[in-house]
Amino acid sequence: MVSSVTPSLIISELSKDLGPVPALNNRMLRVLDSVSLQALPGQVTTLLGSNGAGKSTTLACAQGLLRPEGGTIELLGQDPFGDNPDLRSRVGVMLQDGGLPPSMRPIPLLRHVAGMYKKPIDIDALITRLDLESFGSRTIRRLSGGQKQRVALALALAGDPEVLFLDEPSAGLDPQSRQVVFDLISEQRDLGKAIVLTTHLMDDAQRLSDYVYIIDKGRTVAQGTVTELTTLAAAEHENRPVNFGATPSLDLPQPPAGLHLSETAPGEYHLTGVSSPEHLNWLTSWWAREGILPTHMNLQARSLEDVFLEFAQKEETV
Amino acid sequence: MSPTMSHSNAVSMPKRIALQGKYETLMMLSNGEQLVLAVVLPIIALFGLTFTDLLEGVAPRSIDAAVPGVLALCVISTAFTGQGIGTGFDRRYGVLRMFSTTPLGKAGLIFGKVIAVLTVLAIQVVLITIVALLLGWEPNLWGIIPAVLFLLLGAATFTALGLLIAGTVRPEATLAITNLAWVLLAGVGGVLFPLTMAPTWLQPTLDALPSAALGDALRAAMIEGQFSIASVIFLVLWAAAGSFAAIKLFKWN
Repeated sequence: MVSSVTPSLIISELSKDLGPVPALNNRMLRVLDSVSLQALPGQVTTLLGSNGAGKSTTLACAQGLLRPEGGTIELLGQDPFGDNPDLRSRVGVMLQDGGLPPSMRPIPLLRHVAGMYKKPIDIDALITRLDLESFGSRTIRRLSGGQKQRVALALALAGDPEVLFLDEPSAGLDPQSRQVVFDLISEQRDLGKAIVLTTHLMDDAQRLSDYVYIIDKGRTVAQGTVTELTTLAAAEHENRPVNFGATPSLDLPQPPAGLHLSETAPGEYHLTGVSSPEHLNWLTSWWAREGILPTHMNLQARSLEDVFLEFAQKEETV
Repeated sequence: MSPTMSHSNAVSMPKRIALQGKYETLMMLSNGEQLVLAVVLPIIALFGLTFTDLLEGVAPRSIDAAVPGVLALCVISTAFTGQGIGTGFDRRYGVLRMFSTTPLGKAGLIFGKVIAVLTVLAIQVVLITIVALLLGWEPNLWGIIPAVLFLLLGAATFTALGLLIAGTVRPEATLAITNLAWVLLAGVGGVLFPLTMAPTWLQPTLDALPSAALGDALRAAMIEGQFSIASVIFLVLWAAAGSFAAIKLFKWN
């Protein structure tokens, strides 16, 4: 990442052991191995990986909640460890389990936390935005997972922070609240906040991120903008499958070398190995020759998921 | 002023602690079981000991023998059992972790709890005093200042011990341990009944308990107007040991 902007978060060579683990003869388990990343203001930086990949552990270290075995962390130019109220006042954290007191009601809790800040965010606007009133009379114990998520996000935003850490922000959200949460995150980004979030959902990463770090088994296996990751990373074996629908049980012609045509379900066809315009030409000439007008067709772009799976597979074979 | 300071968006430390103290106090007072433990049971104990002859010989009148022990029981209810259980479950639900990511921090959390313990204790003391005066209590006025001092020292000691348990074992275990301890200490730990009433062979062991030091000190103050140096030493040692262990062993999540 080349930039003249000072990163809000710089993590270098972070390593973390957990344990002792009984299944490993009480040896320590290395959960992070030399993770390096940075987050810029005005950007959403995403840590993408499957469950247990080390995303939350990385965040916990960055927030100063967990002390790493090795590496350095600079959060807004400071050491995140220890009681540092001035630094904490500039950083908002949404924990994966929320950390919400079950016997409290959401709005008094939010107002209490907002009281810790000289200039909190506009709390009333935030309450309306996240529709906290709709379940405001209930204690946190009685809220659904998605409702708790919204409260936890509100707490993270309470102090109008410069850096926002969001651990799996969309977990348990219905599509509507997901949209509200995504809009809020994008707005915060546009206000110049540095947002660091984790997700195991490719779709979230693709929709929200300016920069993605793919984390697998405690290591950063790939990084880049979504576009970089989906187009540049593996250009040499670019492969865009074509899907189309037509009459079932068509007689399939033999495609050019390297391509494979099959009927995946009655009336649903799938052509793989497409890597040049010539290949599309071959497909459409066949349709013209046989008088086939597909009901639908699409050219599947390489998704972040493909990239992720590719790197995960690489890891497996190493 | 350093650049960090000028950027800070946190309100001042005293203000944060005051806010958290208020929050923790309301949490304690809104908990039904906590109120039974903090107010109802001590008042029942007060009536029970006043209208029976269980404390015969401790003071000329039963009520004067009963009140100091009931106040000691209030300290254990709030600082040890109530606060311990609350903190144990806060830890389970990640509440301590959540607050430690705000400007409140760990220090603010602990001071907030101390304020809540002192506030609830003050309410208990006022209530018990009113009921006791209505029942004809005549405290030794020379003992008032020592009694207040011992209530504070007792609160510090039992808060440290409550935090030690809450921070090291599962919340269900904290619940069991601190409730059981409350019953045992009240009955045979020198809280309500002076240990001179216990079997002789048990006395040296029980004398070393912080509950006995607190109960004896309050009785010495409010019945005889005396200041018990031995109790000060015992309580300070327990408070120091408890705080040291809590700081070393407390797990935040």
